[in-house]
Amino acid sequence: MDTAALERDPLMIAEEWKGEGRQVAIATVVETWGSAPRQPGSHLVIDAEGNFEGSVSGGCVEGAVISEAADVLASGAPRMLEFGVADETAWRVGLSCGGRIRVFVERLD
Amino acid sequence: MQRASLERLNEARRTRRAVVLLTDLGNAREEVVIEGEKVPAGFEEPIAAALQSGKSGLVESHGRSYFLNVHLPSARIIVIGAVHISQALAGMAAIAGFPIRIIDPRTAFATAERFAGVDLVADWPEDVLKSDPLDAYTALVAVTHDPKIDDFPLGQALKAGCFYVGALGSRKTHAKRVERLAAAGFDDAAIARIAAPIGLNIGASSPAEIAVAILAQIIRALRKRDVMSPAGDAR
Repeated sequence: MDTAALERDPLMIAEEWKGEGRQVAIATVVETWGSAPRQPGSHLVIDAEGNFEGSVSGGCVEGAVISEAADVLASGAPRMLEFGVADETAWRVGLSCGGRIRVFVERLD
Repeated sequence: MQRASLERLNEARRTRRAVVLLTDLGNAREEVVIEGEKVPAGFEEPIAAALQSGKSGLVESHGRSYFLNVHLPSARIIVIGAVHISQALAGMAAIAGFPIRIIDPRTAFATAERFAGVDLVADWPEDVLKSDPLDAYTALVAVTHDPKIDDFPLGQALKAGCFYVGALGSRKTHAKRVERLAAAGFDDAAIARIAAPIGLNIGASSPAEIAVAILAQIIRALRKRDVMSPAGDAR
């Protein structure tokens, strides 16, 4: 009965994409400070073409995570990303909510 | 993350089992821990805490950093009885974000016209619950006050440790229900878990108001529950 909601869930989509033979990276919010919009455990999944599902922020840093995911897919090495108001990159990509987040990006093998 | 781990994690989620994904942030190696199964040594406490709170977070162990991502099944409501209260409750539950299913074998009540867009099953609870069993993340609301329909799912709800069990009926009706459940072997503590009269005491009068009282009582039971306590814990 609540399987409909699960079907559009990023982890279900990651499994589906992998089953189709696509390369998949999984990004996970592992830590937040301040008024971060997404809780730890939130996912963004990305394929090699830059298609994505889910979110790790309110749309503020997804672009940066997606471009890092391309490197993770190519190298296979996981990466820890940090975004926040104190960080110039984050300011540039605009975590306008004023919080800070750490995002772990890994390849689905 | 290994594909096999993701498949195991997703399968547990599809079948409404609480599950934790434990990831070593140094090397991206992970372990899938399904509730009730063996927990990796040293992680007993944080995993138990995560299953209880539903909160994911970082854990340090032996100088290494791990992320513990907990997935609890979403809370849902199963209503026995396609009555006027259920019509109101179906709409309210949807707004509050609870999937809801209504079961009633009486085809005069369980009509698509009265429950447009609602997950409604015109069949006996005995049959429906076989393929869609109750669990600790389900609230069971019995509102037919007909023992032939309500008693079986009420008993099942107590056995399954549903986080909320409520039954409509006057004090007299409930007293008789208590007698039947006791005769069926349920102890006082289990029977005391049934919310009856149903709903928070807000003086609800109309069917819609009673639905508000029931939904509020379900939310209270959900937010104050302790998922690690054994089924049958009264609170």
